[in-house]
Amino acid sequence: MKTKVLAIDDSRTIRNLLAATLEEAGFEYHCAVDGREGVDMYPDVDPDVVITDINMPNLDGFGVIEELRGTGINSKVPILVLTTESAPELKARARGAGATGWITKPFDDASLIFALKRVTGAAA
Amino acid sequence: MSGSIQDTFFEECEELLEATDEGLTAIEGGDHDPEVVNAIFRAVHSIKGGAGAFGLDDLVAFAHRFETVFDEVRSNRLDLDPKLIQLLLRSSDHLSALVEVARDGGEVDEAHHDTLLAALDEYIPEEEEDLTFEPMGLGGPAAAPEVIVPQEETYRIRFHPLKEMYGTGNEPFFLFQALKDMGELTVTLDENELPGFDSMDVSDSYLAWDLVLVTKEPRSIVEAVFEFVEGLCELSIDGDGDAEAEANALAALDAMFSAPPVEAALPDPAPDTAADSASAPFEPPAPAPEPEAKPAAAEDKASAPKAESGKQEQRSGPKPTLRVELERVDRLINAVGELIINHSMLAQQIANLNVSDTRDVETELEGFKNLARDIQEGVMAIRAQPVKPLFQRMARIVREASAATEKTCKLVNEGENTEVDKTVIERLSDPLTHILRNAVDHGIEKPEDREAAGKSRIGEIRLSASHRSGSVCIEIKDDGAGVNRPRVKQIAIEKGLIPENAELTDAEIDNLLFAPGFSTAKEVSNLSGRGVGMDVVKNAVTGLGGRINISSTPGKGSTFTIILPLTLAVMDGMVVSVADQTMVVPITSIVETMRGSDDMINSLGADGTLLSIRGNFVPICDVAGGLGLYRESDQQAGVYLLVETETGQRCALAVDDIHDQRQVVIKSLDGVCGEIPGVAAATILGDGKIAMILDPESIIAASPTAAAFDTERRMSNAS
Repeated sequence: MKTKVLAIDDSRTIRNLLAATLEEAGFEYHCAVDGREGVDMYPDVDPDVVITDINMPNLDGFGVIEELRGTGINSKVPILVLTTESAPELKARARGAGATGWITKPFDDASLIFALKRVTGAAA
Repeated sequence: MSGSIQDTFFEECEELLEATDEGLTAIEGGDHDPEVVNAIFRAVHSIKGGAGAFGLDDLVAFAHRFETVFDEVRSNRLDLDPKLIQLLLRSSDHLSALVEVARDGGEVDEAHHDTLLAALDEYIPEEEEDLTFEPMGLGGPAAAPEVIVPQEETYRIRFHPLKEMYGTGNEPFFLFQALKDMGELTVTLDENELPGFDSMDVSDSYLAWDLVLVTKEPRSIVEAVFEFVEGLCELSIDGDGDAEAEANALAALDAMFSAPPVEAALPDPAPDTAADSASAPFEPPAPAPEPEAKPAAAEDKASAPKAESGKQEQRSGPKPTLRVELERVDRLINAVGELIINHSMLAQQIANLNVSDTRDVETELEGFKNLARDIQEGVMAIRAQPVKPLFQRMARIVREASAATEKTCKLVNEGENTEVDKTVIERLSDPLTHILRNAVDHGIEKPEDREAAGKSRIGEIRLSASHRSGSVCIEIKDDGAGVNRPRVKQIAIEKGLIPENAELTDAEIDNLLFAPGFSTAKEVSNLSGRGVGMDVVKNAVTGLGGRINISSTPGKGSTFTIILPLTLAVMDGMVVSVADQTMVVPITSIVETMRGSDDMINSLGADGTLLSIRGNFVPICDVAGGLGLYRESDQQAGVYLLVETETGQRCALAVDDIHDQRQVVIKSLDGVCGEIPGVAAATILGDGKIAMILDPESIIAASPTAAAFDTERRMSNAS
């Protein structure tokens, strides 16, 4: 069974980069173009891990985490946030909302895979 | 692979830059809606994110600064005053320039870059400024610092999660698995803290683990495994390696985390004090993050309904789209062109069959024709794009030109949603840029002069697009001083473009601006000068099968009107024969057609002839002669196509006969043969033969009669 990733990012470039890396590494890749779509897609995709951007239209990354962790969905899957800054308060806020970890953009393939491995145990 | 991702990035940049421009224009127009500000922030942020992935450092650094200022604005710490708006507009222009340099190569204007950076910095509070962007990875194996020869080392790790950790989705098991991949791992569960069943709180964390890891990986990597749980657990990592290796690893670790290393984990080589003082950021939130009541969630919960309604708006808004490679569309366009040719051929073949009753066939053929036309229009619609992005770029041109000439101008766009063929849009960019720069440079007066003339200090340039009977009309209208006709005429005389005593109409003087090598600037300004004149603009427009006109009122301003065909692939043409050759003349250039009789012909000089039409003389250009064709038959050129040039000069093209008026598919001669004077392109006719599409303008330009007539007329006007 491939590990299923749901990536939520409004940037086509980032989605493409994630898709390229993850598919090559053997993950099953799904993506959404904003937070709202991501949350809506979640039940159908039923991913093993969620990667979400912070700044997005419709519903931002914090909103995504809250809705996924909230009583409605009550998801326990790891959620990694994508951030450009290594700003501690941003990470703290994401974690406060229930994020599992973070990936700093720009990311290289290895750090992306390494981050996924630490939260899903999957190397692929 | 990465090449195509990079292409996507630049494509996306275009969209994001447009969004930024659009937002800033709205802000400039007084719309300070938070969502507008947010949208710009996101756009710039996305550019930064993508740029980082491709190592475009200049772009990243600038976008970061730009974005930080916007963050201040959206957090209401900064007011959008006119000065800041101007800076943001210039920054957005510069961001576009940086993207262009990143994509196409070239040089960034360093001085301008630094000036803008410094200007943006003034709006960024000190602390924010220090928060530098770190373009680096997480410190996964690939990003591992260069550590000396890897030696096996034994780490003793004590890991005791706090209950808060379990709310974040971190699983000890996965962490151990990551460690196990690095070498030999022994895991011992410590359940000593586990209370009796009665006093157990299910949400609490009682378990701890003692791990022994033997690995060649440096300490930094081992610690990186626990990065996400830092502050959510009690953690100690003791290595038995030599101090030097540890110091190295520590330095690397310091560099890797903006936050300090895990406090308890640090052995002898003491961490620096800065790290100590900043050990708080990952403190878990005080109450356990139960799913039901999350303190940090509260403020965002409040904004949730808003997001909800935003979603609905969005859902009903954009229609689903499909991205297709341009080449595929072009293949389709070509095929449709062939289909139209095929239809003509079929019709001709049927006519040649001499069948008595062709009504049924003709009905079907008519259906075929209509379908082909539908398909053609459908495909053209795919290539059609709104002029909006082009117009928005022009706003930047006007801003830059205004700044360079110390004038204040605003550009008003109209008809931005008018759709035009993609290629036309691409090739319009340069001519429009030039006209707009000219409008600012030569058209709009200095603020004080405008005031003196009773006008607003701010010059207005109106850029509009509209569809007009099968053509696209683009108008550039300024409210400046208008063409300085005495001066234009004087320059034209000085440059030998017209005889000294020439009497010209106002329109003729205005059109001198399009004459090759004309420039009205007293000194060549570095803006619209550069020795390139409006003749280049005119060539670009005629190259697109279009026409350009100017009209001007002294003191009120000038208007440039560009008329373009809707498509570059098909046009309406008149099929004529010239010296036994079939040719096509674009309908757009024909004013009138007529059969001439001998009494209408008058001679001019030795070889020239004039056609008299309702009391006016028009020079006759013999198309056959102009193209160097000789008539073998007795047929005479007895049919005249009255055409009008851009300068309003009329001329009668003499052809042998008119056959038909129909839509023809334009086949470019580029790369097939060199430039043939008088011929614009070629087409394939219904009988399968190739016909040349004529360029009346260049036939007239080469005609000695037209030239002689022109000189004569000027002389007579002058006397």
